[in-house]
Amino acid sequence: MDWLNAILQGTLLGGLYAMFAAGLSLIFGVMRLVNIAHGDLIVLSAYLALTVAVGLGLNPMLALVIVVPLMAAIGYALQRLVLNRTMGDDILPPLLVTFGLSVIIQNALLTVYTADPQKLNAGAIETASVPLGPLTVGIMPVIVFAAAVGVIGLLQWMFYHTALGRAFRATSDRQDIAQLMGLNRAHVFGLAMAICLAVTALAGVFLGMRTSFDPAVGGTRLIFGFEAVIIGGLGNLWGTLAGGVILGVAQTVGAKIHPGFQILAGHIVFLLILAVRPRGLFPRMD
Amino acid sequence: MPELLEIKGLDARYGDFQALYGVDMTVSAGEVVAVIGANGAGKTTLMRSISGLIRNGADMVRYRGNAIGALRADQVAAQGVALVPEGRLLFQSLSVEENLIIGGQMGRKGPWNLRRLYDLFPILEERRNVPATALSGGQQQMVAIGRALMSNPDLLMMDEISLGLAPVIIRQIYEALPGIVGEGLTAIVVEQDIAKALSVSSRVICLQEGRVSLSGKSGDVTRDAISRAYFGV
Amino acid sequence: MQTVSRSTPLSRAAMTVLLLIVVLMAAAPYWAGRAELRLLGEVFLYLSLATLWNLLAGYAGLVSVGQQAFVGLGGYGFFAATMLWGLSPLAALPIVFVLGAVISAPVAVLIFRLRGAYFAIGTWVVAEVFRLSFAQVAALGGGSGSSLPSAIVKQLAEGRDQREAVAYWLALGVAVAVVGAVFLLLRSRQGVALTAIRDNELAAKSLGIDIWRTKFTVYVATAALTSLVGALIFLQKLRISPDAAFSANDWTAFVIFIVVIGGIGTVEGPIIGTLVFFALRETLADLGTTYLIALGAVAIIIMLRAPKGLWGLVRGKRGLELFPLSRRVMGQGD
Repeated sequence: MDWLNAILQGTLLGGLYAMFAAGLSLIFGVMRLVNIAHGDLIVLSAYLALTVAVGLGLNPMLALVIVVPLMAAIGYALQRLVLNRTMGDDILPPLLVTFGLSVIIQNALLTVYTADPQKLNAGAIETASVPLGPLTVGIMPVIVFAAAVGVIGLLQWMFYHTALGRAFRATSDRQDIAQLMGLNRAHVFGLAMAICLAVTALAGVFLGMRTSFDPAVGGTRLIFGFEAVIIGGLGNLWGTLAGGVILGVAQTVGAKIHPGFQILAGHIVFLLILAVRPRGLFPRMD
Repeated sequence: MPELLEIKGLDARYGDFQALYGVDMTVSAGEVVAVIGANGAGKTTLMRSISGLIRNGADMVRYRGNAIGALRADQVAAQGVALVPEGRLLFQSLSVEENLIIGGQMGRKGPWNLRRLYDLFPILEERRNVPATALSGGQQQMVAIGRALMSNPDLLMMDEISLGLAPVIIRQIYEALPGIVGEGLTAIVVEQDIAKALSVSSRVICLQEGRVSLSGKSGDVTRDAISRAYFGV
Repeated sequence: MQTVSRSTPLSRAAMTVLLLIVVLMAAAPYWAGRAELRLLGEVFLYLSLATLWNLLAGYAGLVSVGQQAFVGLGGYGFFAATMLWGLSPLAALPIVFVLGAVISAPVAVLIFRLRGAYFAIGTWVVAEVFRLSFAQVAALGGGSGSSLPSAIVKQLAEGRDQREAVAYWLALGVAVAVVGAVFLLLRSRQGVALTAIRDNELAAKSLGIDIWRTKFTVYVATAALTSLVGALIFLQKLRISPDAAFSANDWTAFVIFIVVIGGIGTVEGPIIGTLVFFALRETLADLGTTYLIALGAVAIIIMLRAPKGLWGLVRGKRGLELFPLSRRVMGQGD
């Protein structure tokens, strides 16, 4: 029964990881950009939510109304002002610039918020749970998982059924020809990053409600998201959700075997899948 | 009243390599101009320069009197200039219909819409939901032309639209041309097949090694003059 | 008559000056105070790390953000070899070098499946796996780490001054060896292959260069040398813990900033970057996080505005080279 419980908890945790991954997956799909600062932006969102929630006395869930558009705006500006200048055939500039950004965000958070762990307090809902057969599930993890499914479904729909998604796919295929259709590449990339950081904001707030966080935890979140993307297969959003779930289950089952084994178990499963299925379980993109 | 398109002293580079030297050319509203020349003469560079895919000095290209030489391709497109690029270059992740819709995404007003395009090329309506790259070469070329028309351009440029296609298909596409150009549309046609180029155009320009080697009315130019301009002999 | 020559009057002069500096530095234990000696030792270890990362990212196109994996592996390998297997510190160093090579080979096979930027994050995962694994090894102190017992330290030399001098000479020696090895590698046929791959992978392939093998060789050699540097870093510190040994900030972020600021893809860049980095650190380190924010910002600005770094600015269009790598065709008149 304990094992079943571990698998259930891991599955729900996987939803959070899929949210870390969805934004990464989107910007890689549209502009082949890998943002090393992605995890730090997740943590930045959690801190912004903390400031909004404490400052205005709001529930962190309501703080999303401010943090999501704010992060989207930051994403658009970041892309237009900084990252677009690094886009090209050479992978070094975007990598090193986002790496520098990661260090800047981490240290800025340290300066403003100190290294003390913080948590977003969502009230009674945090501890509420419902029985599910012989198991109990927390309401909060279920909400997070449902949100992840919702976000991925929405992104999928946006990508394949809206004008914006069409513009993303066209730009991803042939940047120059998309430009001939009147699509300004710089703007399209800005929109992709805005959506990425909107999802990131959601992920950050849920992270902050589930566990405590400090300025240094961003790197690990980037790695979890990245592992979910690679396990699921590049370019497949539903695959990313599956990747997140596999990673989450590996971690909770690993923790069950030995508490010090939790994160390591996730990494090992990732490396095993990389060894056996280098293109992930459900690849769609070359 | 300025000419629709006026090119003066256009020097264009392709990477480190200069492909055009001081090209002058004008296109008046409503005419069809053919651009001919051997491989590597600079025809595609000229098309890319006009459409903004290669950016040059602002004054080198004027459209309706405005300097557009330094604008980005999307800004040029918004003014009503469309290019059917060499090699078609359809979006492979988009269906046939999506390729057409995205051509019209700027929302410029004009005679062209999905309905009219499907009337012009009925096969495309039949295959509207398949990935664009699953079509035959000729059908892909129809999509590429349709995608450009969907933007309701005032100036339509077609770069080597018959390249690699069966003669029957080429004839089909060229038979559709009068219907397309009829409604006040101005066109530049880049073509390897000189006879074809002369038959559809009112004026012709020949490029040789990046320079204009001949320019005149399509009916007036002699075979001799063309072969001199073409090969430089 | 024409000859192909690499050296120029400038590079010959630079080599002479460099030789003098190395001699002067080798004598440092006789003229420098204890604190200065420590600082100089650290400078040489960072110079080695930067030169190695530059070879990896700037020449082989393998942008790793996980080189701390091998710094930590070297440090832990050194502690294990001396504390658990009873080797003397000097005998442990070659063992660490071999260990780095042996471990990095299967790692390379695995993470070379990831392309470009995803390769970078893959290297980070590997470093995390190493960190979490060493935290589980109780014999090396688990999560809290351990100190090198003084009996082992004393094997290096009797007195404290001599010990520190030996540790310093090892650091200087490894820096000279690393810079020299990278320079000679880049001059060799392998180096030409590497530059060809960097400039145009497709063309390199058509010339019959085995890209995977060339990159694999560079990755493994770099890992072995980075492990050796790691061993020396923790020989200087005398204390190791998983967080210190596998610190992404200390062994990767700083190293990347050094190379980017100095000039990526040049032999001179890491040297200049190291000097700038330590000059800044010694004057601004009191600022703490602000210093790091400034460092990150400078690196971003340099990457956007002057991607060839400070050395690129100095070198300009004239192609100055202190380390003669380019071949020049000399006519009769020269």
